[in-house]
This record gives sequence, C-alpha cells and structure tokens, in this order.
Amino acid sequence: MSVRHALLALLSEGPKYGLQLRQEFEARTGEVWPLNVGQVYTTVQRLERDGLVESDDGEAEGPQKTFRITAKGGEELAVWLRTPPGDAPPRDELVIKILVALRVPGAAVEEILQVHRRHVVEMMQRYTRLKETADEDDLGVLLVADAELFRLHAVSRWLDTADARLRRLPRPKTPPAETKERPQATRQGADR
Amino acid sequence: MSPVLEMRGVSKVYGEGPAAVKALTGVDLSVESGTMVAVMGPSGSGKSTLLTIAGSLEEPTSGEVLVEGTSLVGMSRNDRARMRRRRVGYVFQDFNLLAGLTAVENITLPLELDGMRPKAAREAGLEALGELDLTDRAGHYPDELSGGQRQRVAIARAIVGDRRLLLADEPTGALDSVSGEGVMRLLKVACRRGAAAVLVTHDAHLASWADRVVFVRDGVVVDQTAPPAGPESLLAVETEPRA
Repeated sequence: MSVRHALLALLSEGPKYGLQLRQEFEARTGEVWPLNVGQVYTTVQRLERDGLVESDDGEAEGPQKTFRITAKGGEELAVWLRTPPGDAPPRDELVIKILVALRVPGAAVEEILQVHRRHVVEMMQRYTRLKETADEDDLGVLLVADAELFRLHAVSRWLDTADARLRRLPRPKTPPAETKERPQATRQGADR
Repeated sequence: MSPVLEMRGVSKVYGEGPAAVKALTGVDLSVESGTMVAVMGPSGSGKSTLLTIAGSLEEPTSGEVLVEGTSLVGMSRNDRARMRRRRVGYVFQDFNLLAGLTAVENITLPLELDGMRPKAAREAGLEALGELDLTDRAGHYPDELSGGQRQRVAIARAIVGDRRLLLADEPTGALDSVSGEGVMRLLKVACRRGAAAVLVTHDAHLASWADRVVFVRDGVVVDQTAPPAGPESLLAVETEPRA
C-alpha cells in the first residue's frame, strides 16, 4: 500500500488539512491499516518537496496546514493507478518452509502442510467475521477483507495442491541419504 | 441441552473382503444449536459420506448418529423418513429443484408430503420465500430463475417449517463470489435462529463462514480449528501500513 499515492488520491478531491488527511486515510482503508500521525506529515512534506503537492505560503506547519495536489501530482497519481504491482514472484516464506521440509529427513510434510492449512483457515474465519459484522455500505472494510480472503484462499489452494502432489509420489522404502536429491524435490520440480 | 447432531464413532465401509473401501473411520462430531460446522477435505476424503450418514440417507457400518438426542439406530425406515422430512434440510450444489414445479411448490411439496394442508403449506412456503426476498418469484419455474435465485429457493425449502439440522454440500455451487456470500449469510441467519448446520466443502473460502472447521483425510477427522478470535483482533495486527 503506497501511503504516498493514497494521500495524492485524497488531495485529488480538493485541498485538505494534515489532520483531515489522516482521518480520511483511516476511513478509506477500513481502519485495517492504521497510520501514525507523523507518517502523514512526513509523507506530505516529501510530496511537497517533489512538487506533487503544494501548500499556502506562510502557513504554520502542523495539522491545520492546507495542502493541494499540483498538476504534476495529478499525473503521478494517474500513472500509478494504471501501473500493475511488481511482476516478480515474492519470496514466500511458506513456500520456502515446505521446500525445506521436503529435504529434512523424517519431516512429516503432510502434517506440516495441515498445520499451515489450519492457520490459513483460522485467519480466513477472522476476515469473514469482519465482513459479517461490517455494514453493507462500508466498502473500505469489505474490499480489504475480500482482498485478504482471496490471498489466503490462494495459499490454501497451494497447500492442497502441494498435498495432492506429495500423495501421488511412491512412498520411499528407505530414508534417502542426506547428500542425495530426494525424489519429492525432483518430482515436484518436474511437475511444475 | 443435547447437540442437534451427534455422531459417535461412525465408520462406513463399502464392499467386503479385499475389495472393501473404508470411507469413514471412527468419526466423532457434535454440532450444537446455533452453530455451523464445516467439514473440509479433498475429493474422496469421505466428507460427502459423512453428510449423507448425518442426514440418515445412508446407514453407518458401525457407530451411532443422534439427531436432537434420538438415536437413528434401530429406528424404522418410516420413522427415519419422517424425521428427515421434518427436522433435516438439505442444500446441494446443483440445487435439486423439481423443474415441473414453481418456486413455491418446490418448497411446499415436502410439507404436503408430511401431511400439512395445502393452504397452510403454501402460507409457510410464501413466508420462507419472503424471508429470502423472493416473494415476486413464487410462481416462477426453476428455468425462469437465475442461479442465485434457484439456490435461494433451495435454501427456503431447506429451512421451511421447523427444521433444526441443515446439511449443505458445496452449497454455493457455481455462483459468483458475491451471490455465494449471500447464500452463506442466509445459512448463518438460519443458525442464529437456532438451527445447526453442517457444511461440507473443499473450499477454504466457504469453510471460513463456519464457527468451527474440521479437517477430514482418508475418512478420519485429523484436525480442527480453534474457536475464532473476534474480527476486532485484526485491527491490531499491524501498526504500520503495508509497503
């Protein structure tokens, strides 16, 4: 979440005070990502330094200072809204843990997958509760909860797929030596 | 108060000898009034067998099933059928509505089969449709309804009358996310009114609506979720916004 661009979006509606920016940011993101006051002011100062926002000359610093978006800021916002997030696959700690587990002699990988599956479902239950208790018109909360639910759902599907792939492997008769490539790892790579 | 559904050491084996297939082994499951439990597992894990045994559509090889404290073991076929019609509501993935009957007739059929007078059954059916915001669709046939409307009719049929146990197998079928969410909200409302629901699914998104999720693998319950923390706990997860 780019605080910088969220603030530009708020200023695109019209000039606002620093305090107002903070309050509106919290309202729009469903209060799921609280922001500290200092973060708003330092970010808006950087935006001003970069010529993306401007304030009235001679006004005192602080919560009552009024900011407005510049033409350059408007262009920056329009470009950002249309720029896809990074395409590089993130370094996913869960994927790394499972890959490591495959190489640990005697590790109960199926049980490890289940521990993570349970945790994911428990997190999803919490976000679903959040949606259940939210007002129907509280789009900020609903969209944030939906986004997190879809992300977690993808993780649960990956866990299910990993589980299914493991179950299709023939059970090794003897534990493989540590120095050798384990059949699971080789096969998983080949199946991709 | 006894649970609405209680399964004690339920096992199910199909076939005999070397060809025998164990579908369920020693399943214990208890579902209280006002609670939704999701049974989650991959295809072939035994979760649908669990549901059909819970609804007495199939008998266990061993173990016991109790609905509102009454054991189904030893109950005559007729008594079991009456219990099913009066106390158990089913919601299936493919809706299972009868194409030749209107929405309200689909709902009233089981009531009339159970001896309710047609007029009273129709009133109950219209009330159930009204609760699901479908009064103006009462006279429509299933093929004149959207997928979401058909599933709402199926839910109205499941909750009409005094049904205490709702059994749902992948109840959102091929509905889009928001329509599927509407179906789950309706099932939760039925639970809040005192029903107990069992939902079987392979989908974590759907399972997350349940108060408790039990995980089934190879016919055995292997794990379950802890009671969920309230949603307010999410607000304190992070103090810094995400990058």
